[in-house]
Amino acid sequence: MSERKLFKGNEAVAEAAVRAGCRYFFGYPITPQNEIPEYMSRRLPEVGGCFLQAESEVAAINMVYGAASAGARVMTSSSSPGISLKQEGISYIAGSLLSPLIVNMVRGGPGLGDIQPAQSDYFQATKGGGHGDYRLIVFAPASIQEMVDLIYISFETGEKYRMPVMILADGVLGQMMESVEFPAMKEPKDPKSSAYGVTGAQGRPARVVKAFDLDPELMYNLNEKLADTWKKAEESEVRVEEYLMDDAEFALVAYGTSSRICRSVVDKARSEGVKLGLIRPITVWPFPKKAIGKAAGKVRGFLTVEMSLGQMVEDVRLAVDGKKPVYLHAVPGGLIPKRDEVLAQVKSIIQGKGV
Amino acid sequence: MQDVYRTSNSLTKNTMHYCPGCAHGIIHKLVAESIDELGIREKTIGVAPVGCAVLAYNYFNIDCVVAAHGRAPAMATGIKRVHPDRIVFTYQGDGDLASIGAAEIVHAAMRGEKITVIFVNNAIYGMTGGQMAPTTLVGQKTTTSPYGRQVEHCGSPIRIAEMLSTIPGAYSVSRVTVTTPANLMKAKKTIKRAFQNQIDGKGLNIVEVLSTCPTNWGRTPYESMRWVDENMVPYYPLGDFKVPEEAK
Ligand SMILES: Cc1ncc(C[n+]2csc(CCOP(=O)(O)OP(=O)(O)O)c2C)c(N)n1
Ligand code: SF4
Ligand SMILES: [Mg+2]
Repeated sequence: MSERKLFKGNEAVAEAAVRAGCRYFFGYPITPQNEIPEYMSRRLPEVGGCFLQAESEVAAINMVYGAASAGARVMTSSSSPGISLKQEGISYIAGSLLSPLIVNMVRGGPGLGDIQPAQSDYFQATKGGGHGDYRLIVFAPASIQEMVDLIYISFETGEKYRMPVMILADGVLGQMMESVEFPAMKEPKDPKSSAYGVTGAQGRPARVVKAFDLDPELMYNLNEKLADTWKKAEESEVRVEEYLMDDAEFALVAYGTSSRICRSVVDKARSEGVKLGLIRPITVWPFPKKAIGKAAGKVRGFLTVEMSLGQMVEDVRLAVDGKKPVYLHAVPGGLIPKRDEVLAQVKSIIQGKGV
Repeated sequence: MQDVYRTSNSLTKNTMHYCPGCAHGIIHKLVAESIDELGIREKTIGVAPVGCAVLAYNYFNIDCVVAAHGRAPAMATGIKRVHPDRIVFTYQGDGDLASIGAAEIVHAAMRGEKITVIFVNNAIYGMTGGQMAPTTLVGQKTTTSPYGRQVEHCGSPIRIAEMLSTIPGAYSVSRVTVTTPANLMKAKKTIKRAFQNQIDGKGLNIVEVLSTCPTNWGRTPYESMRWVDENMVPYYPLGDFKVPEEAK
């Protein structure tokens, strides 16, 4: 049954999570994501769940850690400075093989930065962010519908690999309104049925959830297990969209909000006879190395367009592996790339006039 | 044959790693006996801290998690909100609860979280080798207060039980110690009551236990017990700071 509704991005995030079976939310206010906790504070009691405003992001992520340890589907959301505070907890959660959902509506940084949309938390999201070797499955939606659909599958994906999942979006996606179709309500799983959660050792041996072992051999084994999991996720979970790449002579690479602008750059370029295409990573971890590597055999070069000083560009360069030049269009600080400026850079590169 | 002594079902058979004369082991035993006597072993979930008791999960024969340093009350909150029918307790040292985790315990108390907190105050950071804690006594020498703690430099020790007893959400707040058989019996009664309160749907329940760290205090086990009585108790008085009549 389809129900199409006009929804604000942040509220759609919350509703999608509820429909995905999430019944617990712990968070702390920060712009531009406040509509997520606000919505959850109304919605979760309606479905027998629990919303709690924590005293800080540090406490919030550790409440998430507790609820996930207890076998529940649980989420938190924040924006850049708050996500920085959550890094220690995320490291523990990853090391404990738990799979909560973490939403980052990225804003301009560094420091307190501003409250405008940005993509400058890419390194933090995809390279670990906190201490130790760990990764998150990181979805980078480019529309509200896509955000809803990814959240809907995020718990199952996370639980399959026993990895935390992050939605890496920004203030544009959080604040804008689009028409969305929500998937059906999933029955939440009973936390007590968890195969590894702490539920009380009733009629079974006691369980321990931890990201700790004094014995380095055992810690080594945990790390090997993590590496193994990543390999599997890299094989099966990569999502990428290619737009007009079949005959493209030059490619843009962008995710999320900047990819929306890049689409219009491609359309404009095509209308002027420039054979431009777009590769849009939907998962930024695992990163679509193969799609980019393959394109490197066809196109003359790449231009990565990012709302940061250039972070994803490093992954693009690794995937291209020196076969073709990779250029950068960087718009940091909370500003948004402009179609005509990106196109001008593309033309200048193609005409050999420099970057 | 009649049992004279039996180890608690809520303890494993693992040998504890605690130093000789360290009261952590005694306090574990009191917690385990309380859980046994209340018949809640199969529904209790423990939250171990970062500190010497990080390995508590090796000794408690119950479901356990290991929290990040200071965050045990937040983690316990997450667990209790998911399983309101389970008994959830944290076991935390003074560095863990009174320093890095000060915000988490205050707010868990403010919310009246229906959990039990066993707060082991040994006036020092045991695990990391004896650095100064917020609870270190004035004049006490530690590896980071080699001249003795000085008030002008880093303030006076924090009295957690007194502070938490001012918070409306805190249901029961007591301070005990385990330095003599009489104190030990009192401690056991208080700890058991802090679990019973949770069973009755009340929270937050905290028991501060004045403890020892012979290793980092540079004292023998016997001297350490006496040091608690003679130096800690005068500054950290024992007793119930907040226990409603109905719970007595
Ligand atoms: C974030 C973080 N900071 C510091 C440490 C190092 N650390 C481990 S235990 C500890 C102090 C523990 O002292 P306390 O809580 O008093 O417990 P005790 O060992 O005395 O029982 C510290 C600072 C850590 N593990 N994590
Ligand atoms: S270092 Fe101190 S607190 Fe830790 S086990 Fe030894 S005596 Fe106990
Ligand atoms: Mg201590």
